[in-house]
Amino acid sequence: MTTQAEIAPGVLQVTDRKSARAFVDTHIVPYADAYDRQGRVPEELLERMTAAGLWAPFLPRDTGGGGMDLVTLGEVHEEVGRGCSSVRSLLTVHTMVSWAVQRWGSPAQREQWVPALGRGDVLAAFCLSEPGAGSDASGIASNVVEKNGGWVLNGVKKWITNGQRADLFLVFARTATSIGAFLVPRDTPGVEVTPIEDVLGTRASMIAEISFRDVALGPDALLGPSGFTAGMVLTGTLDLGRYSVATGSVGIIQAALEACAAYASRRTVGGSLLKDLPLIQAKLSDMVTDARAARLLVAEAGRLKDAGEASTIMATWVAKYFASTAAARHASEAVQIHGANGCGHDYPVARLYRDAKVMEIIEGSNEIQRITIAGQAEREII
Amino acid sequence: MSANAKEQILDFVRARYPQAEIDETQDIFALGFVNSLFAMELVMFIEKTFEVTIPNDELKIDNFRSAETMSELVDRLSPARV
Repeated sequence: MTTQAEIAPGVLQVTDRKSARAFVDTHIVPYADAYDRQGRVPEELLERMTAAGLWAPFLPRDTGGGGMDLVTLGEVHEEVGRGCSSVRSLLTVHTMVSWAVQRWGSPAQREQWVPALGRGDVLAAFCLSEPGAGSDASGIASNVVEKNGGWVLNGVKKWITNGQRADLFLVFARTATSIGAFLVPRDTPGVEVTPIEDVLGTRASMIAEISFRDVALGPDALLGPSGFTAGMVLTGTLDLGRYSVATGSVGIIQAALEACAAYASRRTVGGSLLKDLPLIQAKLSDMVTDARAARLLVAEAGRLKDAGEASTIMATWVAKYFASTAAARHASEAVQIHGANGCGHDYPVARLYRDAKVMEIIEGSNEIQRITIAGQAEREII
Repeated sequence: MSANAKEQILDFVRARYPQAEIDETQDIFALGFVNSLFAMELVMFIEKTFEVTIPNDELKIDNFRSAETMSELVDRLSPARV
C-alpha cells in the first residue's frame, strides 16, 4: 500500500488552522491565479491534499479518519478558501458526500466508501442542481424507477463542482414518493460527463454537466431512508455544504484584507501611501470587522454542530448569508482599492471578486436564505 | 421516562411554533408543521437530548407524528432507560 509520505514527500499533515495555513501558503496561494486561468486544479495538488489528510479529516477515527471537530474543520476550510475558492469548493462537495455516507449509509455502504473517501482515494461530487432547478430542490426532474430489484436513473445535473474529476456522484432524484439520494460511481454505464468551462468564478473547480441515461443501479445505491425522511439527507448534506461555503467566504474576506493591506502599504497617491488615506482606512477597517464577525458566526455554527444542537441549521444559514454577502462586498472594495491593477492578473483581487459572487449563489441563494431566516424569526419571535 | 420525553419533545416543537396549541397526541404532520428542515431539527434534537442514534429503518413518518410516538421511539432506542 502506498503511504501518504510516498505520494507527496515533505507534505505535513493538516490538523488545525496553523498547519492548514502553512499548507495553503506553500502549496496553493502561489498557484491559485494559475489554476484560475487554466480552469482546473492539477493532479499534483490533489495528491498533496491527500498526503496532508485534507479531504475528510472529520470522519471518525475508526473509519480511518482524523476525528476532527467541525469548528476546526471550518477553520481549515477557511484557510483553504483564503488561498483558492476553487480548491475549497472541491473540499466542500467531497465533505458533503463523505459526511452523508458516514451519517446515512448502511454498514455495507460505509465499508465500501468511507475509508476511500477519507483517504481521498475516491473523490466525490454532489449532484443536485439541474438545468431547470437550483436552490429550489423541489423542482428537480431527474428520476429513478425501481426495476429488477434495483433502480434505473435518468436525468441531467448541471453546475456540478468537481464533476470533471470526481469518481463518485451523490445524485438526488425523484422516486415514486419523494426525493432520494443515490450513490453512482462515475464509471457506471450511461453516465456522461461534459465539462462546463469559462465560468464567472471558482473557475478551477472543474464544473460539469452530467447526464444519466438509463443508468442501472443496484438496490444498495439508495443512501439513507426513503419516504418522508429522505429529504433529511438533502437537508443535512446541504447544511454542511453551507457551513463550508460560509467558512470559505470568511477566507475570501481575509484574502481581500491581506491583499489590500499589502497593496496599500506600497502604493502611493499624491505623495501619500494609500494606507494613510482615510477612505482607504475605512474600507480596511470594515474588512477587519466583517472578517471577525463572520468568523464568529461560523464558529458558533460549528460549535452547535459539534454539540449536536438542532439550532446549528439556522445558525449556519445566518453565517453563510452574512459571510457571503460580506465577501462579495469586500472583494469588490478590494478591486476598488487596487484601481486598474485590480482588474488585471497581477493581483489576486479580480479572482476574489469573481469567486465571491459565486458564494452568494451556491448552497442556497441568498434570497432563499433570507426567506428561511425570516421564516424562522416569524415563528420564534413575531 | 416517557412522560418526561413527551414533555421535552413538546417543549421543542412549541418553541419552534409558539403560536400553535399542540398536545402530546396531535399529529404535527396534519397541522402542516413538518418540512425537511424541521424534520432534520427534530431528529437532531431527539438524538442529542436522549443520547440515541436513530437508525434508518426507524426514520418512518409514523414515528414522528406526535410527541407520544416520538417518545415511544426514544424508549425503543434506549431500553436501559425504560
